[in-house]
Amino acid sequence: MFVTPGYAEEVAPAAGEPHTDAGTAAHTETGAEHGGGGLFPPFDTSNYPSQLLWLAITFGLFYLFLKNVVLPRVGGILEVRRDRIAGDLDQAARMKSEADAAVAAYEQELAEAKAKANAIGQEARDEAKAEAEAKRKEIEAGLDQKLTAAEARIATIKANAMKEVGTIAEDTAAAIVQALGTGKVDKADIAAAVKAAGK
Amino acid sequence: MANDPIHQFQISKLIPIEIGGLDFSFTNSSAFMVATVIVASAFLFLTTSSRGLVPSRLQSVSEMSYEFVASMLRDAAGSQGMRFFPLVFSLFMFVLVANLIGLFPYFFTVTSHLIVTFALALLVIGTVIVYGFMKHGFGFLKLFVPHGVPGILVPLVVLIEVISFLSRPISLSVRLFANMLAGHITLKVFAGFVTSLSAFGAVGVVGSILPLFMTVAITGLEVLVAFLQAYVFAVLTCMYLNDALHPGH
Repeated sequence: MFVTPGYAEEVAPAAGEPHTDAGTAAHTETGAEHGGGGLFPPFDTSNYPSQLLWLAITFGLFYLFLKNVVLPRVGGILEVRRDRIAGDLDQAARMKSEADAAVAAYEQELAEAKAKANAIGQEARDEAKAEAEAKRKEIEAGLDQKLTAAEARIATIKANAMKEVGTIAEDTAAAIVQALGTGKVDKADIAAAVKAAGK
Repeated sequence: MANDPIHQFQISKLIPIEIGGLDFSFTNSSAFMVATVIVASAFLFLTTSSRGLVPSRLQSVSEMSYEFVASMLRDAAGSQGMRFFPLVFSLFMFVLVANLIGLFPYFFTVTSHLIVTFALALLVIGTVIVYGFMKHGFGFLKLFVPHGVPGILVPLVVLIEVISFLSRPISLSVRLFANMLAGHITLKVFAGFVTSLSAFGAVGVVGSILPLFMTVAITGLEVLVAFLQAYVFAVLTCMYLNDALHPGH
């Protein structure tokens, strides 16, 4: 069994005990003997004051160091990162809303342009229609005019003819009367007679 | 006595100091307390010194431990409990680093001594009591009288509550102490099997393979236990502090 020189000194009282390398069982047994024979170290009250003092010193310093140096620093790092992430997210949100606004503006412009195009098309169509209508009306008016002119001419021709029919009848009547030799007949009487006959 | 599983808990004086008849020697235990504090402080201090916006791996370990303890405390004791954050974080880091350092062969485990864990537990309970009375005066005693208990049962319930309150420092300290002690003894026993079996030549070397595997496995388990016990200690501290902040249940 190997014994570290430094340790052998400390366990001097136990060192006198017979140790065998007979087997593993023997080892555990010797271990148990030590625990029972000497004072079990964690229950040895003689080292309590030293442990308490050094624990108070070391843990106290550790606490102060963490509280005043490490924790504010780590907290600061985390806070900076959180702020940064929040800022970046805000910026991203702002950019997104800007992009959305641009898209909306584009769409509105597109819609306006479409409406304008429609309006122009409609106007052109209306204009063309109105022009065609006006031309049609003009032509119709011309035709009507020509019709009435023709009718008027027919009427004058007819009236002239009718008038000429009267004079011809009168002339014919006068000639007939003359031929019959019944003397002179008043021209006015003949006209009256023709008129009466024409009725 | 390398094979004595108890030997690892022995305290040896490095610098004898005696004040007023009491032994305040700087011992191996003190040395490892100092080592624990230096390792933990240096780690936390150096890893966060660059204050990186994008943390390096080690910095994120420090940040994770910070946020881990912070969320633990906030969940248990609310945002008011954050005033105890330095205490809980110090306890957690101290216990954790002491446990982990103790896992190295030939290293002393500070938390395997009952007096150390008991002192830490008393610190917690002392904080609870002092702060509880400071903040609530005698209203803190409502802690022992739960709501909605029939009048006739009150004395019995109060008795039980008082006993359970008084047993807290004991359970808190013994849990940590016993876990570290038992784990290290087991580890030592199995490791001892390896050395003593391999002293028997070829057969012994073959026979020592199993305890070697056990040692490796138990070492892994002990790492887990080191974390778990530090966590348990911190969680219970948070819950007890919650009692100091909100004694009316």
